[in-house]
Amino acid sequence: MAALLEVRGLRAGYGAVRVLHGIDVTVDEGEVVVILGANGAGKTTTLRAVSQLVVTEGAVEFAGESLVGCRPEQVARAGIAHVPQGRGTLADLTVEDNLRVGAYRRRDREIDADLDRWYGVFPRLAERRSQRAGSMSGGEQQMLAIARALMSRPRLLLLDEPSLGLAPIITAELFSRLRELNAADGLAMLVVEQNAGLALDLAARGYVIETGEIVATGSAAELRDNDDVRRAYLGV
Amino acid sequence: MRTRASVGRWVTAVLLGFAFVYACSLATSDDIPRLQLVAQALYFAVAAAGLNLLTGYNGQVSIGHGAFFGIGAFTSAILIKDHGWEYLPTLPVAAVLAAVVGVLVGFPALRVKGLYLALVTLGLATIFPDVIKRFFDESGQGQVTVRSRLLRAPEWWPAGIGDRYQWAYVLTLVLTVVAFVITAIVVRLRFGRALVAVRDHEAAATTLGIDPARVKLGAFGLSAAYAGIAGSLSVLVLGNAEANKATTFNLSILFLIAVVVGGTATVLGPLVGGWFVVMLQDQVNTFAERPDRLLGLPVPGPVEDFVRGKTVLTPAIFGIVLVVSMYLLPDGIVGASRRGWNRAWAAAQRRRIPAPVPASDGPDPQRKDRT
Amino acid sequence: MDLFLSQLMNGVGRGVIYASLALALVLIFRTTGILNFAQGEMALFSTYVFWQFTDWGWPVWLAILATLVLSFLGGAAIERVVIRPVEQSSPLVVVIVTIGLFLAFNALAQLVFGTEAKALPRAYPFEQWTLGPLTLESDTVALVVVLAVECVVLWLLFQRTRLGLGLRAVAADPDASRLAGVPVGRMLMFGWAIAAAIGALSGMLVVPTTPGLNAGSMQTILVFAFAAAALGGFDSLLGAVVGGLILGVANTMTIQYLNVLDGIELVVPFGLILGVLLVRPQGLFGSTRVERV
Repeated sequence: MAALLEVRGLRAGYGAVRVLHGIDVTVDEGEVVVILGANGAGKTTTLRAVSQLVVTEGAVEFAGESLVGCRPEQVARAGIAHVPQGRGTLADLTVEDNLRVGAYRRRDREIDADLDRWYGVFPRLAERRSQRAGSMSGGEQQMLAIARALMSRPRLLLLDEPSLGLAPIITAELFSRLRELNAADGLAMLVVEQNAGLALDLAARGYVIETGEIVATGSAAELRDNDDVRRAYLGV
Repeated sequence: MRTRASVGRWVTAVLLGFAFVYACSLATSDDIPRLQLVAQALYFAVAAAGLNLLTGYNGQVSIGHGAFFGIGAFTSAILIKDHGWEYLPTLPVAAVLAAVVGVLVGFPALRVKGLYLALVTLGLATIFPDVIKRFFDESGQGQVTVRSRLLRAPEWWPAGIGDRYQWAYVLTLVLTVVAFVITAIVVRLRFGRALVAVRDHEAAATTLGIDPARVKLGAFGLSAAYAGIAGSLSVLVLGNAEANKATTFNLSILFLIAVVVGGTATVLGPLVGGWFVVMLQDQVNTFAERPDRLLGLPVPGPVEDFVRGKTVLTPAIFGIVLVVSMYLLPDGIVGASRRGWNRAWAAAQRRRIPAPVPASDGPDPQRKDRT
Repeated sequence: MDLFLSQLMNGVGRGVIYASLALALVLIFRTTGILNFAQGEMALFSTYVFWQFTDWGWPVWLAILATLVLSFLGGAAIERVVIRPVEQSSPLVVVIVTIGLFLAFNALAQLVFGTEAKALPRAYPFEQWTLGPLTLESDTVALVVVLAVECVVLWLLFQRTRLGLGLRAVAADPDASRLAGVPVGRMLMFGWAIAAAIGALSGMLVVPTTPGLNAGSMQTILVFAFAAAALGGFDSLLGAVVGGLILGVANTMTIQYLNVLDGIELVVPFGLILGVLLVRPQGLFGSTRVERV
């Protein structure tokens, strides 16, 4: 069976600087896959390459269709929701407006029902629904960003360092929500994380990137047992 | 060592040298209109250099530098005409007065930022002609004309060179060189770096011990002084000082154009930009009056008839050229030259140095295993 | 007292003129973050087109409608063709491009339509009503009504429609909006299109009340419109209207009452703006960006 997302030989960079030198990543339906790596290794660039925010060479296929050369809006339309590093919340808009923007592309009648659902999953957002998004805490903005992404009913969720800048207790809560989501809806996720411990708890499989190349891959358990991974990313 | 930068500097110096020699050769010319035109380009460049310090290096956009120019112009004109001064002493007065007003305008700029500041400066340019008309110009024309007799060279001027327009031209040339040398020095001094630091990240600049208020006020004062000097020179070159709504506004816009088209935050950008603006205007004006030839090529009849006498062609063409030049050269002429130079250098290097031998094949012992 | 009231009325009359163009300026700024120097001249060009239609004998209402449609499309085209290539460059570059448009539109209008002043018909009958000490002109009433309708329509657009949500999203963060699937390019075109239409409406209503349509018709109005937008806060539509009214009244009152400032009346309105900005650097109704660091 073909994977939901298939990336082969991906090369990408910024102008003259090549960051990725040939990456192979796959994500199957309903899978949570994590990409680990140090700063500057190319994790964020990988996600941006999938969303076509940077110029890419190689193959990027989603549900069998090639994404290379598309505009980011088209990638979003295809069913990929990308939560960028730093949240990307629309600071000047209210929480509710942010969520509705997430549903911008949808023409069905269930938008309000979805709003209620996500308010239920993230009650703090419900409390603040008329508040300006930019005035919320980092953790709340992260939840908002994820909820906004979910409003588009994506098939694949791209998460870029969701734990960045968040207190451990918030991060733990966030990751358990993500686990519930994956269990309930079978939503596939590609998560980029520096916090390897949390990420390997959430994911089924993972990749390790170093200076633009995949240096290790395997199931979460395998990676956790991998000595190099333990030394470099788990501090063991 | 022959680096890209040092060779680049040599090339620039040589080009400047040629330009300077050409400029000097004009000093003995009898072609008054040409002298006035080149002088205009020069003092324009001076005003643009001032604006560049404020807007390019310090990031404070001003659409009101026409007012500082006007302050300089009217200071000199009134001192000469109504108070019998010689021209030369009016220069420092013009500069200082413009600088003082510049600093005064700079105070609100500490609080009002960006877009709003630009509009405050626009307000300044709008009010200036009215203030002039009300307090300094009873004729109500918005113009003060100074008789040529009063603008002649001082006694120590050598007899061989003309003492009216040639004198004006040479003084302008000298002051332009001085202005740009000063700019080149200031940019490398601590103050110059402070300008950029405050522009890029004010909060971080304070941690380096920089006082943003002082820097911003200094930038306003200095840039206004440049514009004031340019204005004063314009009186010497053209024989009058003019300030109505249209001219002050136009000048402000033209200075900004010169800065951006030349290349913001570059030392020589304003020189190129000032030249570009003045020469383009002149060329288009001349073409509109006598449209029989364009760039040396004959122009077809119907086009010629349509264009003849249509002075409104100048802003039309100017506008189009502006838009197109921003597409092609968003970092200005100097910026584009730098890029072109870098590329040419890189290409030349590639041809001279053979490609590096690829590393030996075989697994890299440093790499982790691929599972 | 009578004089005061009638001058107040005059001030309001001028104020709505500035407000009408300021609205277009604020609209483009809110949706695209760009300060459009060419707004006045685009409106001027539209007004010339309107004149051409009326010169061909079209009924005024049809001419207005046709001009609005053409301006709408023209504004979108300008964003797509002229502005889009430089949108990513520094703000200064974009400013220069709009200045270039300013020059080009003004000159083009003269080249295409000639430089003689043109007479423009009003869209409504010219009336004057006396209510006690006040003389009310239908010009002012028409502008006030149109302005009010514009404000209501724009508010509804922004707050109650999907399109408006998209416009606000793009204004807040184009990149994040892109990731959410919002068609950013289309939104930008819409912003320019609507602003062009509003500007055109402004021109078509205002210029008939002046002696004649000529190349300079919109220039002073533009400066005042900028000032009004700055006073009100560049990202506030309400601010544009309030700013315009304040400016108009301040200007008229100064001319009437402060004779010592004869010839330099502009000092008052601009001084007022400076004063307001010193106290509130973001304008009366503008928003400061308050964010958790």
